[in-house]
Amino acid sequence: MSIVVKIEEKLYQNRYIVDESRPHIRIRSEAECKSCTSQACTVCCPAACYSKNEAGTVTLVTDGCLECGTCRVICQDKENIQWDYPRGGYGISYKFG
Amino acid sequence: MVEKFDAIVIGAGPSGNAAAYTLAKQGLSVLQLERGEYPGAKNVQGGIMYAAELEKIIPDFRDDCPTERHIIEQRIWLLGDDNYIGTNYRSDAFNTETPNRYTIIRANIDKWFSEKIRAAGGLQICETTVTELIHDAAGKVIGVRTDREGGEIHADVVIMADGVNALLAKRSGYQKELAPENVALAVKEILFIDPELIQQRFGLKGDEGVVIEIMGKVTKGMVGTAFLYTNKESLTIGIGCLISDFKQGSVPPYKMLEDLKNHPVIKPLIEGAEMKEYAAHMIPEGGYKAVPQLYGDGWMVVGDAAHFNNAAHREGSNLAMASGRMAAETVIELKTAGKPFSAANLAAYKARLDDSFVMKDLKKYRNLPGIMHENKQFFGAYPDTLTAAAHNWFTVDSVDKRTKEKEIMKSFVKKRSVLGLVGDAIKLVRAVR
Ligand SMILES: Cc1cc2nc3c(=O)[nH]c(=O)nc-3n(C[C@H](O)[C@H](O)[C@H](O)COP(=O)(O)OP(=O)(O)OC[C@H]3O[C@@H](n4cnc5c(N)ncnc54)[C@H](O)[C@@H]3O)c2cc1C
Ligand code: SF4
Ligand code: SF4
Repeated sequence: MSIVVKIEEKLYQNRYIVDESRPHIRIRSEAECKSCTSQACTVCCPAACYSKNEAGTVTLVTDGCLECGTCRVICQDKENIQWDYPRGGYGISYKFG
Repeated sequence: MVEKFDAIVIGAGPSGNAAAYTLAKQGLSVLQLERGEYPGAKNVQGGIMYAAELEKIIPDFRDDCPTERHIIEQRIWLLGDDNYIGTNYRSDAFNTETPNRYTIIRANIDKWFSEKIRAAGGLQICETTVTELIHDAAGKVIGVRTDREGGEIHADVVIMADGVNALLAKRSGYQKELAPENVALAVKEILFIDPELIQQRFGLKGDEGVVIEIMGKVTKGMVGTAFLYTNKESLTIGIGCLISDFKQGSVPPYKMLEDLKNHPVIKPLIEGAEMKEYAAHMIPEGGYKAVPQLYGDGWMVVGDAAHFNNAAHREGSNLAMASGRMAAETVIELKTAGKPFSAANLAAYKARLDDSFVMKDLKKYRNLPGIMHENKQFFGAYPDTLTAAAHNWFTVDSVDKRTKEKEIMKSFVKKRSVLGLVGDAIKLVRAVR
């Protein structure tokens, strides 16, 4: 069974209140990502916010973030993710949850 | 002049709502802070709501609580690649005036609960993220700081009901980061569909509902479960696995969900439904051994933030409400007696929990998380073997039944030695005894 999943189509259904140019999650060191063998954030994030790039590091775009905390948990050994909630009222806003 | 309340509750999920309502109803001055646009905006649940705990807090909740369907049938399915084996339990006795379990849409419940809190005199402020706890020189919690301007507020006691991430307790050094093997990541979707189709496909009338808990090949050998629940005009479908397993694997969570939706057994049930929201949330599943320090000078922690979740029974919101209520009752008791909110006095909260189903159930299942984690055969080999056995048994092909029995036994032993089988049975029994 090989089913192509378009994560953008899923996220498109959601309501976000975007805090322009104030990402609530940051990667601390690119070098750390480069030497990270698993780059597990690129697999585990349910919103595909992390993607491998040509430079061999990881690009983070938090626009679709669901604020679950998974990336922080998986990267805790390297402590390479600085994780916070968005400002009050911003970010994902579930209509149903 | 910094404002001061009897109590501050951080978070407007079931645990915070239970706490804030109980305090407000007793006339205490309570401030509840929620970072979402409205209560529920950040929250995710399957969701089954268990009536008992809500009933203790709001006895006549059924008058206006926006529940979806009362559950008359529970199915537990083990999915193979293109099949399932399972048990169903349906009873007309679940059609009572006071049903025990309902499906719910989480945002609706949180909003409803919040109105009750405001009506009881509680002050609730949304769109406000608490950034840290404020401590006095002796280390006692005396209030919170928020991301609003001049956002410092004081209280005699602070109840942290901020959910599984529990950032505030971590920042204050009360908790460590969650271990990946102690927390699951779940993704879910809500699918809108003609209610008549729901009734036809699941054999329901009126507000009757069915819930299906799913295990098996759909979690691709990882420790996890899935679900499909019926709401009034929608279905919810979701799947979750331990983060330690996602971390080692190569399948993203949304791919797993998509495969579940396309499973030949599931697909016909959701055919034609329209997806309206995709959500993700962590679930604390480390059980008893992962429960952190629950109180200290001027603070308590409740709900998911305290790791109160019974993964074996898919219970979370009820433990959240129970712990929120018990924290509030502890506050009320101390306040009435004029005693300070010291760690020594707040230990009464822990005593209440120990004496309740919250800690008793967590303790009963204390070894289960470890066993599931170390014994992947429950999620890999068993589903295959069981469904193959059923397939063999129900295929009428002129092979005599004794030979079939032997074949089935052989297939079990092939996947797992006899000792392994016996060992697994013993482990499971021990874990849930
Ligand atoms: C997919 C899924 C299915 C589930 N199914 C079921 C089920 O069927 N039945 C069941 O009983 N349980 C279920 N659960 C578990 C249940 O949802 C949780 O146990 C329950 O929501 C915990 O309640 P809580 O109030 O402790 O935390 P939450 O519901 O997470 O609420 C925490 C609140 O605090 C707010 N907050 C967090 N940090 C801050 C801050 N710094 N400042 C201000 N506000 C803050 C959040 O916005 C949120 O509103 C499920 C969970 C998931 C993820
Ligand atoms: S897991 Fe952490 S260190 Fe590794 S690639 Fe992702 S962010 Fe970088
Ligand atoms: S918090 Fe969750 S959704 Fe957001 S980036 Fe991290 S893993 Fe992805």
